[in-house]
Parts: sequence; C-alpha cells; structure tokens
Amino acid sequence: MARGIKDKVAILGMGCSKFGERWDMNAEDLIVEAVEECLEDAGIERSRIDAAWFSTAIEEQHVGKSGVPLAVSLRLPYIPVTRVENYCASGTESFRGACYAVASGAADIALAVGVEKLKDTGYGGLPQRMRGAVADMYWPNASAPGSFAQLATAYSAKHGVDPGELKTAMARVSVKSHANGAKNPKAHLRREIDIDTVLNAPMVAEPLGLFDCCGVSDGSAAAIVTTPEIAKSLGKADDLVTVKALQLAVSNGQEASHNSWDGSYFMTTRRAAERAYKEADIRRPRDEVSMFEVHDCFSITELVTMEDLYLSEEGTAWKDILDGFYDADGKIPCQIDGGLKCFGHPIGASGLRMLYEMYLQFHGRAGARQLDDPKIGLTHNLGGFPHQNVSSVSIVGRYDA
Amino acid sequence: MPGSDTVGLKAYGAYVPRLRLSRKAIAEANAWFNPAIKGLAKGERAICNWDEDSLTMGVEAARDCLTPARLDGGAATIAAVHFASTTLPFGDRQNAGILATALNFGENVATMDFTASQRAGTSGLLNALRSAKAGDTAGDTLFVAADKRRTQASGPQELQFGDAAAAFTVGGSGGGVIAAYLGGHQLSTDFIDHYRGGDSKYDYNWEERWIRDEGYFKIAPRAIAAALAEAGLDAGAVDRFIMPALIRGVPQKVAALAGIRAEAVRDTLQAQLGEAGTAHPLVMLADCLQEAAPGETILVVGWGQGCDALLFRTTDALASLPPRQGVKGWLARRREETNYNRYLSFNDLLEQDRGIRAELDAPTALSALYRNRDMVLGFVGGKCRICGTVQYPKTRACVSPNCGAFNSQDPHPFAEIPAKVQSWTADNLTYSPDPPAHFGMVVFDEGGRLMADMTDVAPGEVAVGMPVRMVFRRRAVDDKRGFIKYFWKATPDHTAGETTGGSE
Repeated sequence: MARGIKDKVAILGMGCSKFGERWDMNAEDLIVEAVEECLEDAGIERSRIDAAWFSTAIEEQHVGKSGVPLAVSLRLPYIPVTRVENYCASGTESFRGACYAVASGAADIALAVGVEKLKDTGYGGLPQRMRGAVADMYWPNASAPGSFAQLATAYSAKHGVDPGELKTAMARVSVKSHANGAKNPKAHLRREIDIDTVLNAPMVAEPLGLFDCCGVSDGSAAAIVTTPEIAKSLGKADDLVTVKALQLAVSNGQEASHNSWDGSYFMTTRRAAERAYKEADIRRPRDEVSMFEVHDCFSITELVTMEDLYLSEEGTAWKDILDGFYDADGKIPCQIDGGLKCFGHPIGASGLRMLYEMYLQFHGRAGARQLDDPKIGLTHNLGGFPHQNVSSVSIVGRYDA
Repeated sequence: MPGSDTVGLKAYGAYVPRLRLSRKAIAEANAWFNPAIKGLAKGERAICNWDEDSLTMGVEAARDCLTPARLDGGAATIAAVHFASTTLPFGDRQNAGILATALNFGENVATMDFTASQRAGTSGLLNALRSAKAGDTAGDTLFVAADKRRTQASGPQELQFGDAAAAFTVGGSGGGVIAAYLGGHQLSTDFIDHYRGGDSKYDYNWEERWIRDEGYFKIAPRAIAAALAEAGLDAGAVDRFIMPALIRGVPQKVAALAGIRAEAVRDTLQAQLGEAGTAHPLVMLADCLQEAAPGETILVVGWGQGCDALLFRTTDALASLPPRQGVKGWLARRREETNYNRYLSFNDLLEQDRGIRAELDAPTALSALYRNRDMVLGFVGGKCRICGTVQYPKTRACVSPNCGAFNSQDPHPFAEIPAKVQSWTADNLTYSPDPPAHFGMVVFDEGGRLMADMTDVAPGEVAVGMPVRMVFRRRAVDDKRGFIKYFWKATPDHTAGETTGGSE
C-alpha cells in the first residue's frame, strides 16, 4: 500500500452554510455563505488560494456543469477549478482533491467547496434523473429509500433479527440524531422526537418510514487546506487539525451481478475502512476513534455501517444502538451534529459538512454538542445504491494525536 | 419439404392475466347509468395488470406452448412466428418481431402480424396450417393470438370482454402432431356487426337481434358445412364445438343449424374469463385440448366479417405432451380485483393526478435499444468461457472477482432460469401506476442476479427467499412519443394454482 498522506495536510479553515429549505437562496448564494465563513476562519484572502475543487451531484438542478459556477460565485482569480461528482461522496471528493494537491506540493493552499440546491423540484425527496440510455432500459425505477430499504430485509434474513426488533433499532438511530440535531443551530431539522413518532410515521419504502429517511436540503460547506508548516507560518500553531487518511472504494459490479454478496452490508465501506485505518495507523477503531459522522441517508444505512466500519461485530450493531452505544453520551458518539438525518443532506456539501463538525469539535467550538476532548474522528460517505456504490472513509484528528 | 398429409397442432399454450375484475364491482359502479348491465353482473373477467398488453400476454402464451422446449433447444425447429391481435401495441413496428426477439429465435425466422378482424386468430392459424400442408414452411410455425380490447365505461362490453392469449406450434411430417388438421373453410363477407375505426379506441356496435338472425344464423352454418365437406366429415362426427359469441344461445343454435350434437358445444369461459377478442376461439381450443382425449374431432369457429371453420382430430401424441399451465392452470392462478377505479386507471379511462414524479421524461434511444435488443427484449446475459460465471448483463469484462477476463462471455439466456428474492422493498415514493412499486435483488439458481422490478404482487406477499420467475412486461410507457418500453420482471412463481381472493 502506498504511504498515504497522514499528517501531510492540515485544515486551515472551514465554513458551512445553514442547511435547510433555503427558499431565498440560489446555490451560488449558499456557496458564498459557506466560503465567507471559511476564509474568515482561515484568516486568508481569496488570492492566496492556488487551486479549488468543487463538488455537486445533481448539478442539472442548480449550477450546471464545470468549475465555472464556483469561480464566478467567488470571483476567483482565474485559478484551476475542478468540478467533481461521485454520488453522495462528492463533498469528500472535493476535499480529497484539494488535500492531494497540497500533499503533492502542486498547491500550497487549496479550497474545497461543495453545494447542492435540491429544493427547487416541486416535490419531496431527491430529484429524479435520467439514468442513461442503457440503464433506463433495465433498471427499476427505484427511489433512494427503495434501494436502501432492501438492506433491512436482507439484514433481517441473514442475522435472524426479527423485522420488528430491527425496525425499533432503526427508529432508535433516528431518535438519537434528532436529539443531536436539536442542539445544532445550522441543522435543517431541529426537533427532538420520540420512538413512537418514528415507528408510526407513514411508510416511504418498506420498512423505511418517513423518519427513517434523512432530510433533503439546500446547503454548502467549504474547507481550506494547506501543509502543517504553512498553517503554522500563518499563525495556526495550536491545536492543528490534520488529515490522517482519505480512502475511497468503488463498486465494480460484483454486488450487482455476482452472487457473492448477500445484500446485508456494504462491500465498499469495509474496503475503504480497512485501508483508512491502515493509512491512519488505527488498529482498534472502537477504542481509538473519538467520534463518527457516517452516511445516515437512512437509518438502516447507519446501522449496517457501524458494522462495516468494524465498530460493532457483524449482526450486533442493532444491539449496540439499542444500548445507546452511539448516543451523544455513549461510548462512541455518532452523528453528533445531527447527521444527514437532521443536519440535512445537500449532496455535494455533505462530506465537507461532516468534516466541519469534526473540525469544530477538535477546536472546542461545537457549543451545546461539544464532546470531551476528542482526538480522532471519522467521516463516511456512501453514494449510489447498496448494490452499486461509492464509499469514502476519511479520518482526521489533532496533529499531535 | 414435400407436402404432408399429417399436419396440425404440435403443442398448445395459453395465458390469462392474474387479475380478475369482479363483474359485480363494474355493475355497482355503473348500473345507475346503465341498469341493463345488472343482468351481466355475474362472475369475473380477466384484466391485464397495468404492465400487460397483447404482446406480453402473447409472450407468456408462447412460453407455455413451448414448455419445456425452450430449455433444451427444441425451439430451434421454429421457422416462423406469427402473431394475431386486434390490439397490437405498435401500429408500425412489427409486433411478431418483438415477440420473436423476446423468445430469442434469432434473425432467421419469418415473422408476421395478423390483425384488423376478430377472425385474425382463426384465419392466421388456418394460413399456418395450409402452409404446413403445402410444405411451404421450412420448420414449425409458432402461432400466437392475444387481445386486450379497450371498452368504454358503463357499456356491456366492459363486463363481457376479457384479456387472454393462446399459442400453438403448427407443423407436420416430423411427428408429434397432437391435433391433426382435417380441413377448413374461410367465408368472407362484409357483415359489420361492429367495427373499430383505425384511429378509434373503442368498438361501435349494431343491434344484437340483427347480428344474431342475419349474421350468425345465416353465415356460420355455411362456413361449417363447407369445412365439413372439405374434411369429408358428417356434422355428427364433431365431438367438440368451439364458437365464441356474446349473444346468449348463439353457439347452441348454430350447432343445431349445422347438425352438430348439442352436447358437443363448449362453454365459452364467459363466467371466469370473458371474451378475449380474436384470441378467444384459440383460447377455447387450448382449453379444450387440455382435457380432450385422443381421437376426438374438434370444430373451431372464428367470427368477424365472415366466418372461419377449422376441423381437428386429436391424436395419441396429445396424451404424452408435457404438462403446462394451459388455460386451466392460468385460470387457477387468480387474484380477485374489486377496485373498479384501479381497472379504470390501468386502462387510461381515468384522469388522475399522478404527481410531478410521473413527469420524468425518459425517451428511448432506439440506437441503444437495437444494440442491446437481446439483453433487453430477450433477457440474454453472459457466461464466461474461462471461469463459467453466469452474469447479467453481459459485459466486456467478467464480473467474477477471481476472473475479470475481457471479451470472454457467450450469450446466456436468463428468462427460464428459476430465481429467488434476496432483498426487496415496496416503494411508495417512486412513481408507479400501481403503487407501491415492488422491486428487489433477484438471484438466479444458475448464477447471476438482477435488481429487478416485481409484478403481480400484493403488499405483504413478497419475502426473502421467495421463488420467482421472470416475465416479459411493460417497464414504462413513453406517452409523449407513443413508445412502450418492454423488459423482464420478477413475479411469484406459483407452480400451484392459487384460489385466494381479496382485493390487492
């Protein structure tokens, strides 16, 4: 395995817009909201940025293609801007591009910005899209909840978990995220809920009810990265946050077309996690990682992801969840910012939003959500469908951790 | 091939959709406007699911007919595929060609559509029999007939019509004829008991009493007499008399006029199925063959701007024909529908608010469809020559994690491979003409899998591990361009008939 980029890149600043139904904002306005905060936090002028990466997933709904919308929104001085898209891992992809540019020495300071403006469709849920000339001829017309709901049926069958018990554990995932999100002023959904609300909600795609599904939101998030040395030279000597690992695993069609996958877990996440732990030199993630922001697009996704990240033993995450292991006051807090469930899910921004929470936590700036002295955090994105997806695992932490 | 004395039917098959609309439900909704239909409000009629049409029913009937030939290569003897329907999904795109592609008959097959008359079914079959007799056909003909006639709300036809299909292989000389063709006659006269204009959705009908007295009673006996004369048979020799007619007592009176024994007259399946248009005489023939003994003489009458009469005699080979669903099997696979509004919706008789999600515009790239016609219409995947992995779709690189070879796959048909459900959901969010949309990962017993739409399922019916079979259905309809997108879906594999009722 390659040597990796552990501690070669530091986060100089971050910003995040309020997520939600931002009826008064274009995507371009949301970008500025996030980047203004990010620049102020970094303490630099736009002119110091050598290159930028820009992530959107459903660009046809808002800004359109290419890096131009970012350059125009920020009036960037004709620097390189690369637009990236990799399903729901898009935000992390822009961060990865910026970090690799810094780690390679191609850029001293790089910007990563993600944005999505989803609430201009006229209906709830994610925008519908064409899937391409050939896929349209044989793919089911599946919604995102319909695709992910199948994890639950396969998980129940594989582990012999009663569907009702699994549904209760899934509900517990959402109750926890709502409790966390209620404490986050930038979150889309800020209402605490009880378990009956989740269990009795209208069915979206069996067994996923409305409260098993994350918010569909408008929002933007941004990061400025540089080397630890440059960060220090810019006066950021104390409590530097550095990148420990950035990994991505992409399905090659095995889950979709080969009978070696049983439908109850993510092959990609397991691979990405194994590589990320190795890059970050983490051997016992359940003991060594302080907090997690995982891709809880649906409650069942979070549940199986806790196993795919090697935190819960296979077939036991539902018990850990019911035991409160991942609650804010549990052993490993997960979705401390509310997660996709409540912070919301503007696709191209989500990976950066997760890193933003990590960054605030390391700097002790997480307000009512502040954890006690976190040292290592892991973010995870999952894009596509359980049977064909991209999964990113990023690990960040204190430079001295 | 020289002309053969022994030509006839070598196999039969049928298809009846799973849904049966209760006639009581139709009458309850409409009798306020047309009280006359109360008298018809008994039994049920077969109705297509939203994703079924004449072509999809025809594919199922053909598969039933070819049982189990498609699995062992026996279908290679099929040299022609003919399709008869007055409700062809495409006005100008050969429907028999789609059928042949769906059944993977390759390019070297003669295809033809027969249409524009209720007599298209019997006339087309007669044509195939005469070709076989003349030795004009290099192999057997697969003859398929199906109809899904649209009717206006509140009319009697809404209760009387039904949707169904029948299929036969027609040939001779090679043996295996289960019903030998004895002779037949076609009588053509422009007697317009009803018509459907080229641009009309519905039939226009004239008075029943005129149709009965001036039509059936005067025309049909002449055609029957001519067919009997050609076969050199006396009317008393007819053991089974097959004649669809919606006017009460007509088959019985025509039999009497022709000198056929009253007990030979077959039930028209009106109580369980309804009348399946141009396919109906052939549906009745398939039903008759399913219970007939060797040595029985069968007379089939087709009606429509004249009259066809065809005579057959069952042979000893009928007894050794492999079992199949047939009309009786499909009729037993039944689910009662009592929601009349759902029937209206499935048949475009209701203006519904389908929501913005239904607006997604997804035109079909015809060039891409042609490139992938075997994959999409024929449901052909691949099998790796190097590692043996069976996979769908067939791609340039083998999917096996231990192989990955390039350009290593031979075509591998999937349609007849048994499969099971690995994961599933019922999706209320995505647009479906019959929500919730059921789909899931379907795993094939020989290897390979597909995230597949499911059809003919009711909420609560699907479970992990459930056996399914694949069926050719409408995936979607592009209303804007009048294009129908066909693909294969998974449906519960009911090897045994189901008789449970209840509305879905």
